[in-house]
Amino acid sequence: MTALLTSELRTLFRRRRTWAMLTVLAAAPVLLAVALWLSGDEPAPGEGPPFFDRITQSGLFVSVAALALSIPFFLPVTVAVVAGDSLAGEASLGTLRYLLVAPAGRSRLLLVKAVAALAFAVAGIGTILVVGAGLGTVLFGVGPVPTLSGSTLGVAGSSGRIALVGLYALVSLLGLMAVGILVSTLTDVPVGAMAATVIAAIASQILGSIPQLDWLHPWLPTRYWFGFADMLRDPIAWGQLQDSLVLQLGYVAVLGSLAWARFTTKDVLS
Amino acid sequence: MIDPRDLAVATAGLTKRFGEQVAVDGIDLAVPYGAVYGFLGPNGSGKTTTIRLLLGLAGATAGEIAVLGEPMPDRGREVLPRVGALVEGPAFYPYLSGAANLARFDAANPASDPATRRTRVVESLDRVGLTAAARKKTKAYSLGMKQRLGIAVALLRPRELLVLDEPTNGLDPQGTREIRALVRSLAAHGSTVLMSSHLLAEVEQICTHVGVMSRGRLVEQGTLEEFRGRAEAQFVVRSPDPAEAVRVLVGLGLATETTGDVVAGSVDGRPLPPAEDVVAALVAAGVRVRGFAVERPSLEDRFVALTGEGFEVPR
Repeated sequence: MTALLTSELRTLFRRRRTWAMLTVLAAAPVLLAVALWLSGDEPAPGEGPPFFDRITQSGLFVSVAALALSIPFFLPVTVAVVAGDSLAGEASLGTLRYLLVAPAGRSRLLLVKAVAALAFAVAGIGTILVVGAGLGTVLFGVGPVPTLSGSTLGVAGSSGRIALVGLYALVSLLGLMAVGILVSTLTDVPVGAMAATVIAAIASQILGSIPQLDWLHPWLPTRYWFGFADMLRDPIAWGQLQDSLVLQLGYVAVLGSLAWARFTTKDVLS
Repeated sequence: MIDPRDLAVATAGLTKRFGEQVAVDGIDLAVPYGAVYGFLGPNGSGKTTTIRLLLGLAGATAGEIAVLGEPMPDRGREVLPRVGALVEGPAFYPYLSGAANLARFDAANPASDPATRRTRVVESLDRVGLTAAARKKTKAYSLGMKQRLGIAVALLRPRELLVLDEPTNGLDPQGTREIRALVRSLAAHGSTVLMSSHLLAEVEQICTHVGVMSRGRLVEQGTLEEFRGRAEAQFVVRSPDPAEAVRVLVGLGLATETTGDVVAGSVDGRPLPPAEDVVAALVAAGVRVRGFAVERPSLEDRFVALTGEGFEVPR
């Protein structure tokens, strides 16, 4: 198991595409910080993307603002590429048959692919947060920051909260990863699997924005995507993170079982 | 009748259907331990599908499979580490080097020892002559190099059984000779080899056993000698006195066919009389013999007779 996982992660992170996607994700905090720094104006409270107005108080918050910008599109797309490609990509290369006769074991391979997708999401979110916090510190310095509830956070407190925001984002992407891996077991065409996963993310956000469909909203995987601000309250409001975790784990359980049922019985003819 | 315990690969009534189409139709494969089994058949006859079933890549519609004495696919986890396979052409991660590709497939095998991985990768590359290209990304490999690397994957560990689907595909004549030598040396060290091919010359040179697939059925199976023996032999006499020669041959109970100064004599079903008796009879009758030969139809003739002529892909 560990050997296969190590090999999987090494293969993933030795691929130029993976680094290209991480570079794109890193571009969000860079653009944000540089644009604000060059303009020299202090944004008015509530102006710009969420938390944009806090950046000049503490550069660490570049990371949160950049993550807020990336959540609707860039992050889901990159995660969809990795998850959608996971098995369909191996099938289209033909390497899937060699992994299976190795024998990697179908359940084991599926699990390893899921862990690799999770690892990529951690890397993607981490890239945004670390690049944002680093560059923000250099350009704006760090200082005490008011929370959304009015109390003040120091540097250590801010860093902890930013990590929690990252964790919140990671949890909210679990369902999308499960979608990607399920679709990936259904086709040998990786581009199709990636596109279908991206479409799922966008469609869910669109459905979520239509008030007439409010009966559907609690079930949408993107339901809690923008609730990460709760991590910046004092005390921290855990409610949405808990609800999100339950919903996302539900998706993982249901779609993961379907993916497992499909992948462990399918004829590998590619 | 062969004892199933002596078989490295045995199937009973193995069938695979894709919707309406029957790709593999109730075959009873018998590959004895130590054999080099040539698995023959035209394109689309079901060879590769059969190999996929043997390796657990696809599920059988009906029938049973035993590989190295264990039922497949149930015991795949125990059996497959002992089997090296090349299935429907090699496949690699184009952005990884040859050595990294081998290490990846080796890591997928839970029975492989990570401590010896590097050494085994180096040895395996050396055996197929790819040492110089070990660090090159496989997208820069030629077709022949990919084929060699595919065989290197099968050789990452000592294997009791090698399943090689068209191993010399895309290789130049030197490469083909090397692979032939490699297969012979593997067999000499006790591995069983199941090798699919449509290159009959190749099969004739290295195989001990032959199985022929046609339209999903195993139409013939046995040792190479049996396979050859079943082909009907004939005497071919070259003589300026063809009419005389015909008389002698008919007198010996042979059916004849004359083309110019060549007379072919054959029997139907029964064994041919000893060649020396025929020559003696011809000479005694005063026939001027310029040439005499016992000819067997080539393996190719036999193959075509079993599987049919022509380019058409069955159904």
